[in-house]
Amino acid sequence: MEMETILDVQELKAYYRILKGDVKALDGVSFQVRRGEILGIAGESGCGKSTLANTLILRKKPLRHMAGTATLLGKDIMTMPEEEFQRLRFREISIIPQYALDALSPTKKIKTFITDMAHEHGIPTNAAFLGKVAERFAMVNLDKNVLNKYPIELSGGMKQRVIMIISTLMNPALVIADEITSALDVSSQRFAASMLMGLRDQKIIGSAIFITHDISILYQIADRLLIMYAGHAVETGPVDELINSPRHPYTQALINSLPKVGAQIKHQRLEGIKGTPPELLDIGPGCRFRFRCPYQTKVCAQTPPTEDISEDHSIACWHYEKIGSEGVG
Amino acid sequence: MLDDKKGKTPIIAAENLGKVFTSGVFVREQTVAVQDASFEMLPGTVLSLIGESGSGKTTIGKLMLKLIKPSSGKLFYHGQDITTIKSKDALRDYYRKVQGIFQDPFSSFNPLFRVDRVFDMVYDVFLPDVKNREEKTAEVLRSVNLNPKRTMHQFPHQLSGGQLQRLLIARSLLLDVDVLVADELISMLDASTRMGILNLLVDICRERGMSILFITHDLALGYYISDYTMIMHRGRLVEKGATGKVYQKPIHPYTKMLFNSVPDIGHKWDKNEAFVPEHVNREIAAFYRKNAGQGFEYVDPDHGVLLSVE
Repeated sequence: MEMETILDVQELKAYYRILKGDVKALDGVSFQVRRGEILGIAGESGCGKSTLANTLILRKKPLRHMAGTATLLGKDIMTMPEEEFQRLRFREISIIPQYALDALSPTKKIKTFITDMAHEHGIPTNAAFLGKVAERFAMVNLDKNVLNKYPIELSGGMKQRVIMIISTLMNPALVIADEITSALDVSSQRFAASMLMGLRDQKIIGSAIFITHDISILYQIADRLLIMYAGHAVETGPVDELINSPRHPYTQALINSLPKVGAQIKHQRLEGIKGTPPELLDIGPGCRFRFRCPYQTKVCAQTPPTEDISEDHSIACWHYEKIGSEGVG
Repeated sequence: MLDDKKGKTPIIAAENLGKVFTSGVFVREQTVAVQDASFEMLPGTVLSLIGESGSGKTTIGKLMLKLIKPSSGKLFYHGQDITTIKSKDALRDYYRKVQGIFQDPFSSFNPLFRVDRVFDMVYDVFLPDVKNREEKTAEVLRSVNLNPKRTMHQFPHQLSGGQLQRLLIARSLLLDVDVLVADELISMLDASTRMGILNLLVDICRERGMSILFITHDLALGYYISDYTMIMHRGRLVEKGATGKVYQKPIHPYTKMLFNSVPDIGHKWDKNEAFVPEHVNREIAAFYRKNAGQGFEYVDPDHGVLLSVE
């Protein structure tokens, strides 16, 4: 099944330059986003998942693009001048940033915020535009009156809906959703995650990258998963395959540490992963999980190649064949 | 009463506990944070208090830690009403046995001091007679799986969030507490670290006959570690009982809605279901109307539900 790729990221490297040296937060990550899919990117704090989002769209210092390409709809957005990229933002590629709930200015009504945002991007705020806003609001059970409210009058879940509508107003081809469910209550989490899926199903947005630390939400809405660890992509594959039969030792350990339906400590004890992720400042080559990995050998001091183990499933581990899909489990 | 069949006497018993916050200078506004909360905490068990933001779950934790005063109701610790104790000595005796651990481990430590300070303060205030402080601290650190050599004498920024939470658990072990209020203890930790902390918490709870109030918004983790569960909605305990019963046979519409929104591995959400969280308020109103006058009822000796409000 060949599908059109809308974003092709190859060997992308982005470092934070600080006085002590380079923090290699994103170090040679490759993946594709296909038309119409939701790609889930998961990993723990410091794995580089938000750095990835920032590299693709915000492009701010001290984060520096070091090497690699990111081709969005045929154009490399890494080497593109800022003015040209600004024309793509919001229209072709849009981000729903982390902590966006706090981004709404407390002194501005929601309506003012939306019209200011439109002006910033050169979009006329005529009756047709406002009609579209109202229509989208109704779609997610938000009353028209919300437009005349101040952010403080809305709950976290309501604010997240507003933010998601604003970010997707121009029907972008790709939306990057960075931890959009993390600060929400469970019921609002389900609503926000389902809302993103609904926007995709109704073809309001083309594709989405959903970044989160919460794999159980990705299990619900993602088509494919990319697992990151300490700036490297360790495993990529279809969501059910990856969760039901993970192959990389890190993915296995991560999935084993998730609570499952009906698992109680009395009956089934779940284990975490011992140790902490490595310091990324001037880190050398090698598999970055080797310090915590039960299968670690000498060869792991060299960076493992990313290999395809089936048509749609790839992995970066020297020992995956030996380990099998059951792992230590 | 939750489950007295095992013949355990509760360490903590709350009776119709309530808290109303008043705000405003000229026009008094009242916010009911907790209303009519009754529950018991038994030795060697974990009780989860589950609710969404603003439900009042942290207020219950604060009431137990005597950080705020209740507006109504009583709170018994080993049979003694602690809402009335005032003297410094009585308070110190209480804190000797009842302690809390909170969400953000970084803000529990003063960044200017080495982490040993939290232990020193415990010795100074509660255990002035202990001579071999170093040794005792090392012992409790080892029991929370920390290497004393690598953690003592460090500054908070040199340790990870998981390590700091373990330090705070070690601190409560030093005091040998009866009751631990753990408010969103693992919410800031990564998936791979939080399991270790949860397992540790349950192990020490069982070994030492401690009682833990595990305040959380995470239903899957609540299910994993707790013996008893209470569901809180808008200041009221709407459902409580043995964890298995509450999770497998929820009765209150709010509990049902919560479980319906949990992202579970192994069970996908129904895409065709129109899921709108705010609709639950209508369902709750209808539920209370249908069962008018019944109040809080036990459908089972260890499973109760709020059927109506007055």
